[in-house]
Amino acid sequence: MEFGLSDDQKLLENSFRRFTENKLPLERIREFANTKTGCNADIWNGLVELAATGVLIPEQYGGAGFKMLDALVILESLGRTVTPVPFTGSAIMAPVALLTGGTEAQKEEWLPQIAAGETKFGVGVTEIISTRDSKGVSLSGDTLNGNTMFVIDGGPADVYLIAAGPDNMAIVPRTAPGVTVTQLTTIDYTRMHCEVKLEGVKADLLGGKGKASEAIKKTIMAGRLALAADTLGAAEVMIYKAVEYAKERKQFERAIASYQAVKHMCAEMITELEPFRSLLWYAAYAYDEMPDEALINILLAKSGIDEAGKFIKRTATEVHGGMGFTDLMGLHYWYKRVSVNRALLGTPDILRNEAAIAQGWLAA
Amino acid sequence: MDLSYGPEYEDFRAELRAFIEKNQHKAPPAGMGMKHPEALEQDWQKLLIENGYTCRTIPKKYGGYGAEPDILKTVIIQEEFTKANVNSGLSGQGIGMLVPTLLENGNEEQREKYIRPTIYGEIHWCQGYSEPGAGSDLASLRTNARVEDDHFIINGQKIWTSGAHFADMCFILVRTEPDKPKHEGISYIMMDMKTPGIEVRPLVTMTGAAEFNETFLTDVKVPVENVVGKRGEGWKVANTTLKHERGMLGDPGQMLSRIESILKILQNEKLDGKRLIEHDMYRDRLIAAQAKTEALKFHSLRLLSHTLKNEEPGVSRLIVKYYGTTLARELSDIALEALGELGQLYMGSPHVRSHGSWQWRNMFDLGLIIGGGTSQIQKNIISERGLGMPREPKLAETK
Repeated sequence: MEFGLSDDQKLLENSFRRFTENKLPLERIREFANTKTGCNADIWNGLVELAATGVLIPEQYGGAGFKMLDALVILESLGRTVTPVPFTGSAIMAPVALLTGGTEAQKEEWLPQIAAGETKFGVGVTEIISTRDSKGVSLSGDTLNGNTMFVIDGGPADVYLIAAGPDNMAIVPRTAPGVTVTQLTTIDYTRMHCEVKLEGVKADLLGGKGKASEAIKKTIMAGRLALAADTLGAAEVMIYKAVEYAKERKQFERAIASYQAVKHMCAEMITELEPFRSLLWYAAYAYDEMPDEALINILLAKSGIDEAGKFIKRTATEVHGGMGFTDLMGLHYWYKRVSVNRALLGTPDILRNEAAIAQGWLAA
Repeated sequence: MDLSYGPEYEDFRAELRAFIEKNQHKAPPAGMGMKHPEALEQDWQKLLIENGYTCRTIPKKYGGYGAEPDILKTVIIQEEFTKANVNSGLSGQGIGMLVPTLLENGNEEQREKYIRPTIYGEIHWCQGYSEPGAGSDLASLRTNARVEDDHFIINGQKIWTSGAHFADMCFILVRTEPDKPKHEGISYIMMDMKTPGIEVRPLVTMTGAAEFNETFLTDVKVPVENVVGKRGEGWKVANTTLKHERGMLGDPGQMLSRIESILKILQNEKLDGKRLIEHDMYRDRLIAAQAKTEALKFHSLRLLSHTLKNEEPGVSRLIVKYYGTTLARELSDIALEALGELGQLYMGSPHVRSHGSWQWRNMFDLGLIIGGGTSQIQKNIISERGLGMPREPKLAETK
């Protein structure tokens, strides 16, 4: 019995934390965020060298062939430094879609390019979860029409995987005729999502017509795990930044960390977050080893981490006082990362409703 | 990550299951009894000890099973008895706290005299720690003892002494060295509850029941050999016991079964002709609480894993009391609020649901948030020991 990270995973964690912390002091984060490109080439290449872009891709397609829990260890590190790379879309969701639903030819064509970091993918599944502004993509014959919003990491992407209803997913190069990409600017400038408009685009369907329902489901599950891990890392850093600040900041001749009003806020933050780390680990493990348990635990884990994240982003900012509200401190980069993760691929309310349905609670 | 227990443990589990299946008709009803163990409980306890399903690691010469500590087996035992909803043997402060303390700090004579009858349910213990003026700041306790003719003469008042009205013995903290600093003047003493001068008054709580007592002590005479450890070292002795208490994790299995019970309420009860579960507001709250309960379940496994590897889990263990008690109360809140006015009905009223047990539970949950170190004390511990934040300066230091 061992519940937790293995020694190898702890090594992985250490090396990625070192990598991101070296690459991303605050001034670099600010500089990269201000470019609003959603991908910094230097860091992306570093991740390719560390084999991270192929973490989930089997060795036969040029990847490292690791499991979801390994991938989440990397994602948590990326979240800790609000790393400006399209990792969730390109290194997690797209490989899962291709591996689950792709034909052998599609896997051979795209997976090695993803692993090598040469091609970046954005993934459009928003309307499968929740539709706003009547968006959505439809397939008629072999032609795609419509709009999809909040394509994950679509800003810097070269190729898109776009769901057209619950059973079809298309591989769409950015440069294909009839494709219009509009970058969407959220409050989080470290990653760039987009809207993709398709007008009479000829579809290369994942696995063939009507064959992608399993792939879409797993892609969404993997994306939710990824966003939750990103928030876990970002939120934990917010807590420790608050603790460190409170130890340094003096008012009324005392470090504010010695006031119970302040330290109880910090205790509440860590208490809300830490149990969900355990649940997220289990959900990631279930994703690979116990598929029957994966869906419900992923829904509970992301919704719970999102709620903890909401509490932490606000409370950690408050502990910083006025400085937390400024750009000088830069805490807002973490705040915004956590906010956007919460909204993507299902807000907690939507996830909890899905969880009720998944458990059959609404059946008679 | 490896969630299998391995063949040795699966065999152990299978044997235990067979044991429960075969013997459960002899078991007294599950759940904490607020009464002195009687023949039925004592016989069941004896059977469990003989088979190594309780008091496993207590040495044979003191009446235990004498096994090597094996936390996985302890967990399997807890899991299986909870799952079968079968009484898992006697618990309480004698077995849970006094016995480990005697094993660590008692002398041979004390161990031989008290451990066997305690674990067999013949001697029932209560705990005399808290006082009206010494709660969170327990070390400021004022119940005192002077020594005369080889006896402590104890005077003072204790509170929250659950079970004192049927206990045979009490382990009590008293100030024996009034001139020493507060942590160094305390002794840990075992006191016979039949000694003259002890008056136990039931303390009725908000639930309407008397789950606790106040215990008044007037010139209570206790032989000096009843001190555990050395005189004046009672604070240290008590802390080894608290360590055992902290070692016991909350039981997430119990909270998961609460989720099941609330789900049944939501599926069976109707509001405006529609089942509660179909009302988004109640469903959403239950799932949010379910997420936290599942998180606690896996968190316990993570802590267990640390224990198995002898690792210090740091802040992740310190949060458990605060998180668990807050969550338990959140769960009973959901049950009550989903029932609306019906949730306010109590004991014996027409239309009352589950005999009013959700109200009782909800009030008692609040007691558990306060007892055993209030949430505010927990937050001090989490932030100071877990996050390295400084203590609040003492009053004198700030002047």
